[in-house]
Amino acid sequence: MESTILRIEDFSAYFGENQVLKDINLSTSKNLVTALMGPSGCGKTTLIRCVNRMHELIPGARVSGKMYLTNEDVYGMKPIVLRRKIGMVFQKPNPFPTMSIYDNVIAGYKLNGIKLSRDDADTIVEQSLKSAALWNEVKDSLHRKGTFLSGGQQQRLCIARAIAMKPEILLLDEPTSALDPKSTAHIEELIVELKKTQTMLLVTHNIAQAARVSDYTAFLYLGELIEFGPTEKLFTVPKDKRTEEYLTGKFG
Amino acid sequence: MEGRVVFRVIKDHVFKIFVVLCAIISLVPLLLILYYITKNGIAVINWDFFTQLPRPIGESGGGIFNSIVGTIILILLSSILSVPVGIAAGIYLSENKEGKLPNLARLCVVILQGTPSIVLGIVAYVWVVAPVQSFSAISGGIALSIMMLPVIIKTTEETLKLIPYHLKEASLALGVPYYRTILKVILPAGMSGILTGFLLSVARITGETAPLLFTAFGNQFMNYNILKPIDSLPYRIFFYAMSPYPEWHAFAWGASFILVVIVLAFNLIARGISVKWKVQF
Repeated sequence: MESTILRIEDFSAYFGENQVLKDINLSTSKNLVTALMGPSGCGKTTLIRCVNRMHELIPGARVSGKMYLTNEDVYGMKPIVLRRKIGMVFQKPNPFPTMSIYDNVIAGYKLNGIKLSRDDADTIVEQSLKSAALWNEVKDSLHRKGTFLSGGQQQRLCIARAIAMKPEILLLDEPTSALDPKSTAHIEELIVELKKTQTMLLVTHNIAQAARVSDYTAFLYLGELIEFGPTEKLFTVPKDKRTEEYLTGKFG
Repeated sequence: MEGRVVFRVIKDHVFKIFVVLCAIISLVPLLLILYYITKNGIAVINWDFFTQLPRPIGESGGGIFNSIVGTIILILLSSILSVPVGIAAGIYLSENKEGKLPNLARLCVVILQGTPSIVLGIVAYVWVVAPVQSFSAISGGIALSIMMLPVIIKTTEETLKLIPYHLKEASLALGVPYYRTILKVILPAGMSGILTGFLLSVARITGETAPLLFTAFGNQFMNYNILKPIDSLPYRIFFYAMSPYPEWHAFAWGASFILVVIVLAFNLIARGISVKWKVQF
């Protein structure tokens, strides 16, 4: 493959005695969207959270196996260093309620105490909001609170906040599950647009969404990676029977 | 059948009237207090009352400037002592919902809240006044700060518990260290609730006399030194009301009026802040 961004090798995750991920092997390349799909409880959210080590917030979480972000060992880094290289967008839009739209976009810099000159900040805000397709809607109200926006706009604001940090990979954890169909379509268009410059890992329980926006798709079931390959191939000629059954709606 | 329905409707009405009546009755004491205090207190209130010191017996006039300043100093002292500790403890409790220490701390907060204020006064006396052999503003501040603590801890904990978990995740996912996440994201989001709790705790201690009797003690002269005895509004009311002189009685009413107005103001500001500064998630 071309330049690999994320490489996951024989990766397992446990919560206490419970093994939730079993020997996952997966890799993603630059400027590709990889979708993780599967029924509820299959471990797709856990897997994405293991990438920026957010799963460690849950007591009793541990992992085995290897994970590399551009050849750096994910589990050999300090979490705060790792997380600055990885952007994350959550299921529910979560802009910071006490900050303006402007401050929300550069929150990653502000909260980490990274000093930005006025001009740099302005540029980052404008570029990030433009990349998140939100600039035209909010350019006249940059200093209003982000929570006044609609759900879909808030989610795009969160995407802008994540890409403002110029992450090596952007994790999207069911970014449209709390949104209406129109906002969902908007976000999907945005993902397709973003992938020109941004590597993304997308968790979705929506099969059609995976088909629409992703280049590669991984199907997880009960903590196992059942099948992984180019989206077109996986959707048209699945190798595994379980993938086929899932795609045709027999379970999940 | 018809009769039973009528009976039920009557029962319904009687119950409603009873409830409304009880609500009105519960308002009466407060209204009476305000009425008496205003009626008896307003007469002595003038510019001198705020700006002059108490005069010796026999001399008319004078004011309670020293008590007002003393009360302000005591509030400042107790706030400085209790706010950092209270908020930090509240953060700890909201972040640690289970465990031995959090549960023990929670129990202590409840007990502390129920501890009679005079006991806190005695404790402050034993800790501070007795060793240095002098009544002082700081000892009064310590007694009052112990009274403020449970209110601040409890409101901080309850406020922060209501802040959605996904805000914390958003901050941590940006690589923001835990302590900065708490200080820059979680605390600002809960600021209105914490401030409300603080103001309510101030309102609670402003009127306290018992813990001050053998700590701040009272002082009929002006004092800005926190190591010396200091006056306060409730103490001045107590002192004047116990005296045999009608003029001092009038002063006690006037001081009561000011005290009630201050406490009322704290309560109203607290309400205003909790409504106006409410953070939308």
